[in-house]
Amino acid sequence: MNMDLSRRQFLGTAGAGLAGGALGAFGFGEIEAAFADSIRPFKLVNTTETRNTCPYCSVACGVIMYSKGDLKKGEPAEIIHIEGDVDHPTNRGTLCPKGAALLDFVKAETRLRYPMVRRPGSDKFERISWEQALDRIARLMKDDRDANFIAANADGVTVNRWTTTGFLAASATTNETAFATYKVVRSAGMVVFDNQARV
Amino acid sequence: MTNSWTDIRNTDLVVIMGGNAAEAHPCGFKWVTEAKANRGAKLIVVDPRYTRSAAVSDVYAPIRQGADIAFLLGVIRYCIENDKVQWDYVKAFTNAAYIVKDGFAFEDGLFTGYDEKKRDYDKSTWDYVIGADGYAVVDNSLENPRCVWNLLKEHVSVYTPEMVERVCGTPKAKFLKIAEMIAECSSPTKTMTSMYALGWTQHSKGSQNIRAMAMLQLILGNIGVRGGGMNALRGHSNIQGLTDVGLMSNLIPGYMNLPTEKEVDFDAYMKTRGFKPLRPGQTSYWQNYKKFFVSFLKSMYGAAATPANHFAYDWLPKLDVPFYDVLRAFELMHQGKMTGYFCQGFNPLQSFPNRKKISDSLSKLKFLVVMDPLDTETARFWEKHGDINDVDPAKIATEVYQLPSTCFAEDDGSLTNSGRWLQWHWAGGTAPAEAKRDTWILAQLHLRLKQLYREEGGAFADPILNLEWPYADPGDPTAEEIAKEINGKALGVVKDPADPTKVLVEAGKLVPSFAALRDDGSTACGCWIYSGCFNENGNNMARRDTTDPDNTGAYLKWAFAWPVNRRILYNRASADINGKAWDPSRKLIEWDGAKWSGYDVPDIAPTAKPNEVGPFIMNPEGVSRLFVRGMMRDGPFPAHYEPFESPVINPVSPRMQSNPVARIFQDDLRQFAKAGSTEFPFAATSYRLTEHFHYWTKHVRVNAVLQPEFFVEISEELAALRKIKLGGWVRVWSKRGSVRAKAVVTKRIRPLICDGKAVHIVGIPLHWGFTGVAKEGFGPNALTPFVGDANIETPEYKAFLVNIEPIDWPEA
Ligand code: SF4
Repeated sequence: MNMDLSRRQFLGTAGAGLAGGALGAFGFGEIEAAFADSIRPFKLVNTTETRNTCPYCSVACGVIMYSKGDLKKGEPAEIIHIEGDVDHPTNRGTLCPKGAALLDFVKAETRLRYPMVRRPGSDKFERISWEQALDRIARLMKDDRDANFIAANADGVTVNRWTTTGFLAASATTNETAFATYKVVRSAGMVVFDNQARV
Repeated sequence: MTNSWTDIRNTDLVVIMGGNAAEAHPCGFKWVTEAKANRGAKLIVVDPRYTRSAAVSDVYAPIRQGADIAFLLGVIRYCIENDKVQWDYVKAFTNAAYIVKDGFAFEDGLFTGYDEKKRDYDKSTWDYVIGADGYAVVDNSLENPRCVWNLLKEHVSVYTPEMVERVCGTPKAKFLKIAEMIAECSSPTKTMTSMYALGWTQHSKGSQNIRAMAMLQLILGNIGVRGGGMNALRGHSNIQGLTDVGLMSNLIPGYMNLPTEKEVDFDAYMKTRGFKPLRPGQTSYWQNYKKFFVSFLKSMYGAAATPANHFAYDWLPKLDVPFYDVLRAFELMHQGKMTGYFCQGFNPLQSFPNRKKISDSLSKLKFLVVMDPLDTETARFWEKHGDINDVDPAKIATEVYQLPSTCFAEDDGSLTNSGRWLQWHWAGGTAPAEAKRDTWILAQLHLRLKQLYREEGGAFADPILNLEWPYADPGDPTAEEIAKEINGKALGVVKDPADPTKVLVEAGKLVPSFAALRDDGSTACGCWIYSGCFNENGNNMARRDTTDPDNTGAYLKWAFAWPVNRRILYNRASADINGKAWDPSRKLIEWDGAKWSGYDVPDIAPTAKPNEVGPFIMNPEGVSRLFVRGMMRDGPFPAHYEPFESPVINPVSPRMQSNPVARIFQDDLRQFAKAGSTEFPFAATSYRLTEHFHYWTKHVRVNAVLQPEFFVEISEELAALRKIKLGGWVRVWSKRGSVRAKAVVTKRIRPLICDGKAVHIVGIPLHWGFTGVAKEGFGPNALTPFVGDANIETPEYKAFLVNIEPIDWPEA
């Protein structure tokens, strides 16, 4: 019999309440079975596993996220545990002090929840709806673009650039977000455009 | 990285200089440990601090920050002097034999052609002699005194071990020990890897730091081989990707360039991009530039990009200055020349130099939009937080929008790691409350802008109205849809140019790779170097097969690496001139008489004969460059210059203290401390801690507990000199600002003797601010100077001058 149970298989089986029987079948005595029965149910039973990578540094360690609820089935999903992905060739399951605490990042108190506006001269943020915020930002963009867009330079060369509004792109968003950002920013003629490569 | 994290297992010698992998990239550093344990590899660490990387090194040497070029050119000089050169590699695979134009010279710290007023060079002499046949003239005997090799020899001759000690403060014996260990890797069967990060880039000559090491690696024959390479460890998880996809002022995805005003039309733009080979029979792969460029324009403007309008070339903005980088952006803002600014997952108030200037600049904006999963200081730059953010909200008229975005756990898509692996990840959790994906936010803004232009008209709106937007739900594009756009597809039928009866890609299908791209408008591709990432085989970035034949560390079936799933760049150079592996135990690809094959995707045409086609296929020379012609602003060879704020006068060229072509704005010049300043006598540097990631993890309880508060790190000697106690409060100030911190007095930093003078170092970690769950604290950017690297404008965070004194401060 192959007793080479991985930690995850072992705990999974134990937590599912099959511990006594399964362990008995493997030849463990009753004491061990009773002990296994006394272990509190494993918290990752009945969770959904999702593969991801650590968002911090560019080692890009593989992680497994465990959630209650399955996003793919259209359910709300709450992530309850994150650990290193043992199958990942780079990190082979290990995580550093940053990656090991990822759950606290996902659930940080200071995660943003609602769009906010701070009006000129004010000393506080106020809630605003997405519709209102997006409408207003688009208006601000258009007004500035219309006022300051440079269609041609002094020599009459078509230059089609907009230098008075700029965009600082993230460096932890996906390549897909990056390309969408590129399209939106460049099509508007923006040239004040940079990312975090330098800092 | 030219190589990958998992390839580091193949090395014999690791040099960590300009980085601190054990703390900043801990799980990648494990491959150093593997190489040490399994191959007996050695580790050298050169750093101003005795870091945790240094703690497990075989040899550690201290160095003054900003002196790396002197050190590296010293090693190159040592290798040349002692004939520790991989000669077959250097002769066949570098431009050592190329003859340089008469007139090119280096004197008094300057190359030929300097214009002091413009702070720029006329680079016309920095080039090869071109023969009557149109090719570069070479002297394979290396006897011609004007060949690159002899010019290099002369250029590095001043960097003697004594000079290295004077400049770097590295004791001569230590330097020689390290030079000797490195020189051993000139053997074809020994390789060294270079691991570096921001410790090399964040200098006014950062690009040349890296070049100096790249040159050394070429001389040792370590580029393109297993366990070798130039390995930029990089910072954020997708900084490689953001750069690849061209999110910079002057870039087009895939390292193409946005036009400048001088390139008045499509033909003028293409004229300088012919990339004619400089030696007979060479690949010069950039000859395909037009295919990639036109395919990019088709991905932007779809059917509106036609041969008649030169594929909408005019719709791309044209630049009037080389870059609108972040430093220029904030300079313009400071001058009141900007209206609005977007910060997507970015915290410039904490990240950019001269914090006071950043804060003043943001205050001059009409509007600021912050998209972030976390509450950032930038979004609250107008909020008063004691002496840490000392502003008056009533006086700040900026309208600020803070938009909640999802984090990694709630988003699908790919990130590119430093080893160029595009790895797909999946959302597993529901986003909090109203947080939205960035793609949704951007789509919403674009659609609104488009709507406004449709309704109202306004400044030239064609590019906005005609932007290709082919998503099933235009308001919410999916990651898969965009990934396919990036990969590229055939718009018409793509036929084999050699045999027009053969169809390579049917219309409407995803292209297998960039080899199928065309310059006639029949293909579209968002980012050519990523092509192949999501083709008709499916999402290759999501592959999870860990097969790795013979444990080379290539993992060809895991995710997707650009370009075309190649894991080690320039891998043709892993084999000798005849195509046999330099080191049979570290075979990568070999020539079997008819084709190239092996453990990696060959970085050469599969049937290109080894004696004819050089391994550096992107270069028109077909070889690599020890002399880089006019491609870098500050010289075809690196030279030592002091940081803009330095404790000493440049010992190598006293008449040229700092990088002669680094861009400086007038207002900032006044805010630099003089060389050898008594007012600011100490050499400061910024760094990161293993428990924190930038300004994110102060929001994370575990990390906030591990490293709760801001501190500065000084030596016992400096503590004694200034009567500073361990754990006591200090004030540290520069010509631009002041911070308050607890003092950590350690043995990890020691004073160095540079040019006969004791140089004390002040280490300043950067993880605190006034949002999150850690204690409120300052950061080094309150102190750092507003000057960047001469080539790419990376700010000089790693070397500046400060003063320090003990202060009384009540405990909170
Ligand atoms: S776990 Fe640590 S080493 Fe791995 S990617 Fe995250 S921050 Fe980098």
